[in-house]
Amino acid sequence: MKNKKKLLKHSLATMLLATAFSASTFAGNLVINTDTSDPAPKKAFEDLIKGFEAANPDVKVTLNLFDHEGYKTSIRNFLTADAPDLATWYAGNRMLPYVKSGLFESVDDVWENNGLNKSLASAAASMTIDGKKWGIPYTYYQWGVYYRKDLFAANNIAVPKNWAEFKAAGAKLKAAGITPITIGTKYLWTAAGVFDYLNLRTNGYDFHMALTKGEVSWTDERVMKTMNNWKELVDAGFFLDNHAAYSWQEALAPMVQGKAAMYVMGNFAVAPLREAGLTNDQLGFFQFPEITPGIEVAEDAPTDTLHMPANAKNKVDAKRFLAYLAQADVQTQMNETLGQLPINADSVAGSDEFLQAGFKMLSNTSQIAQFFDRDAPAEMAKAGMEGFQEFMVKPERLEKILKRLEKVRMRVYK
Amino acid sequence: MRTFWKSNQLKLAPWLFLTPGIFIFCLYVILPVFQSIAISFYAWDGLGVKEYVGVDNYIELADDEAFYTSLKNNLIWLILYMLAVPAGLFVALFLNQTVRGIRIYKSLFFFPFVISQVVVGLVFSWFYDPTHGLMNILLNAIGFDSIAVLADERFVTYGIIVAGLWPQTAYCMILYLTGLNAVDPEQIEAARLDNAKGWRLLWYVILPQLKPATFIAIVVTVIGALRSFDLISIMTSGGPWGSSRVLAYYMYEQAFSEYGFRMGYGAAIAVVLFLIMMIYIAGFLYKMYRDERGL
Repeated sequence: MKNKKKLLKHSLATMLLATAFSASTFAGNLVINTDTSDPAPKKAFEDLIKGFEAANPDVKVTLNLFDHEGYKTSIRNFLTADAPDLATWYAGNRMLPYVKSGLFESVDDVWENNGLNKSLASAAASMTIDGKKWGIPYTYYQWGVYYRKDLFAANNIAVPKNWAEFKAAGAKLKAAGITPITIGTKYLWTAAGVFDYLNLRTNGYDFHMALTKGEVSWTDERVMKTMNNWKELVDAGFFLDNHAAYSWQEALAPMVQGKAAMYVMGNFAVAPLREAGLTNDQLGFFQFPEITPGIEVAEDAPTDTLHMPANAKNKVDAKRFLAYLAQADVQTQMNETLGQLPINADSVAGSDEFLQAGFKMLSNTSQIAQFFDRDAPAEMAKAGMEGFQEFMVKPERLEKILKRLEKVRMRVYK
Repeated sequence: MRTFWKSNQLKLAPWLFLTPGIFIFCLYVILPVFQSIAISFYAWDGLGVKEYVGVDNYIELADDEAFYTSLKNNLIWLILYMLAVPAGLFVALFLNQTVRGIRIYKSLFFFPFVISQVVVGLVFSWFYDPTHGLMNILLNAIGFDSIAVLADERFVTYGIIVAGLWPQTAYCMILYLTGLNAVDPEQIEAARLDNAKGWRLLWYVILPQLKPATFIAIVVTVIGALRSFDLISIMTSGGPWGSSRVLAYYMYEQAFSEYGFRMGYGAAIAVVLFLIMMIYIAGFLYKMYRDERGL
């Protein structure tokens, strides 16, 4: 009995000691929290860490993998309570709360010392708040229209270049019994993608950014113009029926089955569409068509980033890791695995057809939006996306919805 | 010391046993109630500095459409969820017989209460699916159009309540089955001698004896209705456009969800929900008190 007790005491002591050790970060130990729970991002990060450890044998990296959705709430806890040395997040307004509350640390010196102001120039604006840079961008991907080439060919439709052609294409598809655009708005953000493009094409980048920054009223007639364009599509029955019941993945099915022809989506839709059996002969990509002639064509291309929390314990190695992540060859390799586009200007985009198309498209524009829910503050984004969903089902409520959004704007941006 | 303990042992012992419970209850229930009320007077994102805003959160609440939608849904939930009580009673009466294998049937009927609410939510989401769901396949088969229950603001709350009634009925059923065991057979026999049968027998002889079971069934159903959070979260996330939210879910959305983090506003919603529950809790406590004193 006594022996047993002793043993228990002993093992308890070792256990406590062990946890104490693992919690204390001795030099050369780097902790990274990521939300890369999907297979491709997970592998990309694992390879990245292996590469970094090979180049810097004195540093041992610990990776804490979080579930993608859960991460969005846990980041708040771990940034304050038990900060890692690095954490993944997103560019644009999405990082504002953490910058404002002093939970992220500026990494200007990493940009300065590694010539990143030049090599990462394309993403510099979206990483800058109050004149400082708050992290390292490592990947982005294009948005646009993914479509069924074979269905377009079968119905004699050329890739639409402008609004009239786009509507004509939809009308033809509709006549052939095919839903022009599939979408699943159950989780709201998909509708924001459509809004982004309609607004960017109708009113241009500057207006769109002013709107998401809260500088323009939601009842402005220019917003009204965007919504009326959208209403044309809704009234003509362009969108999948009952879209509010589906997630974006569920809305892929009609496209795979040939019941729907287009999807306004990010490049991440390509992988599941291919897995479902669509070949490169069937699946194509085109840039969202022009609406107001003469407006410079802007794109949505959300950027994923890595940040150093202000409470990080090993900032020296964290900065080394950030510098490594910014390297051209590292970003090339990493994005090869991710199936996305590297930020570094000297990196090479993957050879995949869709990546190349996206790369070409994004190289031709300097106006890159992050996506509605990253450009607008969280509350505005939530209210906006809910409004878009409601509008797509009940277009007659447009005025009421815009008034409601205006009310939210008055509160959010004061 | 010893004599004090000896003389007061009977009085002190219950309190000693209660101490841990009271302590935990104060720490995890009473204290947070007051903390929430305090937070509701601040604008706070959970990270930065708290800013005192007085009753601003409540003023905003009074002018918030989403709040009234949630409140209305809460009432619909409270009223319709009560159907679980009679439904449970009738299933219990139906199962309260001695045939071969009755225990298996009872277990099967109780099954939905055992499985997780998340699973119930998923099963019903699939059942309601507009293209492949069983409900719409059946509707189409008899010549009706498909109804996207969870994507239609008119039906969504009712659709979720139906999903919730499934396990809740099972719960009420098990309460009544236990209650039925305690029904005095002699009284039934006496009633039959007096030529009572059917509904009259049920209403005047059996139901009064089931009163304790009914009381508990109502209590757990009210609590169930106010806890309807998980089904809503799984089946619709409050949508479409927030039309299936209840107060508990709205509070969560405002305070903790991806786009929320308005702790003060969330706390204000919580306080309103708390006040609504207080009405019910006060009534419940009053009844308990009367029963205890044998009134």
